Amino acid sequence: MAETMVPAGASQGAGHGSAPVGETRRDFLTLSTAAFAAVGVGAVVWPFISSMNPARDVLALASTEVDLTPIAVGQAVTVVWRGKPVFVRHRTPEEIEVARATPLSQLKDPATDQSRVQREGWLVVVGVCTHLGCVPLGQKPTDAKGDYNGWFCPCHGSHYDTSGRIRVGPAPLNLAVPDYSFTSDTQIRIG
Amino acid sequence: MRDLKRGFRNLLGALALGAATLGGGLALTTPARAAGEAIAIPDAGFSFAGFFGTFDRGAAQRGLQVYKEVCAACHGMYQLSYRNLLEIGLSEEQVRAIAATFEVRDGPNDMGEMFDRPARLSDRFRRPFANELAARAANNGAYPPDLSVMAKARPNGANYLHALLVGYVEPPPGFTVAEGMYYNAYFPGHQIAMPAILNPDQVEYADGTAATVDQMARDVTTFLAWAAEPETEQRRAMGIRIILFLIVLGGLTYAVKRKVWADVKH
Amino acid sequence: MAIGLHDSTIQNPVIRWVDQRLPVFTMMQKEYGSFPTPRNFNYFWNFGALAMVTLMIMIATGIFLAMNYTPHTAHAFDSVERIMRDVNYGWLIRYVHMNGASMFFIVVLVHIWRGMYYGSYKAPRELLWIFGVVIFLLMMATAFMGYVLPWGQMSFWGATVITNLFSAFPLVGEHIVTWLWGGFSVDNPTLNRFFSLHYLLPFVIAGVVFLHVAALHITGSNNPLGIDPKGPQDTLPFHPYYTAKDSVGLIVYFIVFAALVFFAPNYLGHPDNYIPANPLVTPAHIVPEWYFLPFYAILRAVPDKLGGVLLMFGSIAVLFVLPWLDTSPVRSMRFRPIAKWALYLWLVAFFVLMWAGGKPAEEPYVTISRIATAYYFAYFLVVLPLLGRLERPLSLPESIAMPVLRGGGPVMAGAAAKPMEKA
Repeated sequence: MAETMVPAGASQGAGHGSAPVGETRRDFLTLSTAAFAAVGVGAVVWPFISSMNPARDVLALASTEVDLTPIAVGQAVTVVWRGKPVFVRHRTPEEIEVARATPLSQLKDPATDQSRVQREGWLVVVGVCTHLGCVPLGQKPTDAKGDYNGWFCPCHGSHYDTSGRIRVGPAPLNLAVPDYSFTSDTQIRIG
Repeated sequence: MRDLKRGFRNLLGALALGAATLGGGLALTTPARAAGEAIAIPDAGFSFAGFFGTFDRGAAQRGLQVYKEVCAACHGMYQLSYRNLLEIGLSEEQVRAIAATFEVRDGPNDMGEMFDRPARLSDRFRRPFANELAARAANNGAYPPDLSVMAKARPNGANYLHALLVGYVEPPPGFTVAEGMYYNAYFPGHQIAMPAILNPDQVEYADGTAATVDQMARDVTTFLAWAAEPETEQRRAMGIRIILFLIVLGGLTYAVKRKVWADVKH
Repeated sequence: MAIGLHDSTIQNPVIRWVDQRLPVFTMMQKEYGSFPTPRNFNYFWNFGALAMVTLMIMIATGIFLAMNYTPHTAHAFDSVERIMRDVNYGWLIRYVHMNGASMFFIVVLVHIWRGMYYGSYKAPRELLWIFGVVIFLLMMATAFMGYVLPWGQMSFWGATVITNLFSAFPLVGEHIVTWLWGGFSVDNPTLNRFFSLHYLLPFVIAGVVFLHVAALHITGSNNPLGIDPKGPQDTLPFHPYYTAKDSVGLIVYFIVFAALVFFAPNYLGHPDNYIPANPLVTPAHIVPEWYFLPFYAILRAVPDKLGGVLLMFGSIAVLFVLPWLDTSPVRSMRFRPIAKWALYLWLVAFFVLMWAGGKPAEEPYVTISRIATAYYFAYFLVVLPLLGRLERPLSLPESIAMPVLRGGGPVMAGAAAKPMEKA
């Protein structure tokens, strides 16, 4: 035994029956210290992760106001909300009628037109295809509006109807309706 | 026990050298700044001074009023947004109302033109001048600096700002003050382009506090100190928790170390 | 070495599978587990580990700061303030990074002092020491460029003054400065390249640190006695003995670090750096960060421009040849009664320079700086070479295991038996 000065249990803690009390205490102590340190490390990681979430100035810009006065029936405008396009469409009576006449059974993501608008003339949707995030065509009069006279996404061929609902193509969901409210008859606030 | 003492002495020795290095660093920078001409800045005894102080919300709100009604004509606080005012205890309605009293430039609109509109929560504090040259032109060649971080941009920031604002006194005999300049007891060189802008009862405080010059100076300094370091209170609270945690962890670690080394003669 | 799978001794099948193909776990066990380490380290030997941890903290915080920083003269100052105000925990990350630079220098300076006092630079550790000096130089370059990034007044004027040092060189000086700036003054191109290099250099430092540690593991560590371990009775496995001891130092270090970050985050900084950079107005007193002050004092101690620059660089360069200037075979100053005091006096000169570097360039500070500078160099160039010949060192202990009980065999046996009784 005396040939080494390295004490028992120096490098590998396990398997020394000679001092069970000391071993247990060391193990318990070491474990609780390690657990404590692990909590500390965990707590340190959080600020770094959190710093990558939207900063406060970004969150503060999370609402956009839109003046509806210049948008004639049949026209649409695109506004920017949180860096994304939002389609505001002043729908014609025919478009509203087609949208409301569509049976839910024909829809991939069933939702009534009524549930998607606050005032029937005004459709407000986030202009981001629910497939992989492209911006669908259909805002300009010259754009292809797709088979259902709504929007058509050129990336992978999704067709949306006049209520912004997915009808044909790979997109799984309808165009999202953002939180918005009418602050007056001629103005909405998105977000 | 001897081991403990020796280990401890060792640790202290190493720490002492580190501390000396650090202390050296500190000792040097502070006097260096004051080296030119030492003007003693009186300690105003602010609530946020010291290691554990907090901002007096009432004072900060009154200070905002002073800034808004007096300082803002010339000094911007560009790093702040109106939404930040929620942090000094104002309600969202109050802050919206304050913001709406300022017109900020926005645009371009659909016609491609810039336009003015009332400020919103997300807007930054309005800049009083379009650019530095415009500011100089309007102020006899002097440039009123931005006040966002002023409290940490001057040595002994808060006390200095307070002293400066109350430091307009008669120049000592024989001291000539240049044209367009004002004598100030605490400004480096004593000649400042800013006139004594605070006069008794210049603002009317809603909470009935008497608007003496000293009171207004204290309040606006509190506001500026908050604006320069809005994280102060959160930082100190977090610091206490983290240091307490580290002390416990340090005790545990030291116990583990003692246990590990118990069977080594040294 | 034979081609084929590594003969791993690790039990866990998954780790073993990896270890057979790339024996990193065996290497870790060898270099940080069972690595034989002198048993008599004091707490000064914590500082290498502390420096390593600090480097990792600086890289981690730096990466996250870079996600929100804008290297443009028009936006840099505002983007830093945005980090302080709007980014979640941005103030924490920035203050840790900012004060981390100071902590890094404190730790590394103590680490260098440790090497000087205990003769860690001497054979066979000369290359290890040289890598260390390279790290120190890289750290200074990195810290300098990092300080420019917030684009405050001290950033701008510090960058201007330091880059102008190179104009001291005859003929090519002006061209070098223009090349460093990428223009005719410190401006946006300068800021951009400083940001790029400030991001790059820490990884270079990490690379040199790897070489530093690799070289250390060839020669093994020095120790407070400065004598080589003679056998297993003189060493302990690195783990758990020094992992435990380093952990204690680390926590104490974190407490000091936290006190600075949370309660005095701007104490070591200059208020002027919260004034946005103005290329037309120089602040009344421009002073570098505290860790540059000794070298700044040496620069200003010389009345000649080129001479000052050369002497300042020389004050670091002399460290490279320190292993050959110190001719004494005895490493630890514990056994060098005269050299010890000469070194303490050098430390005093170093602190005097640090103090004088923060004072205005006027009397009596200039004369004091000159005296301190003279001794700073004299220690390396005159005192150490002479003492190597003239000094009579105290007699060295025969081994680490019995530093005090020199001589008799029976005492050795007694000392050896003791730990076993306890175990």
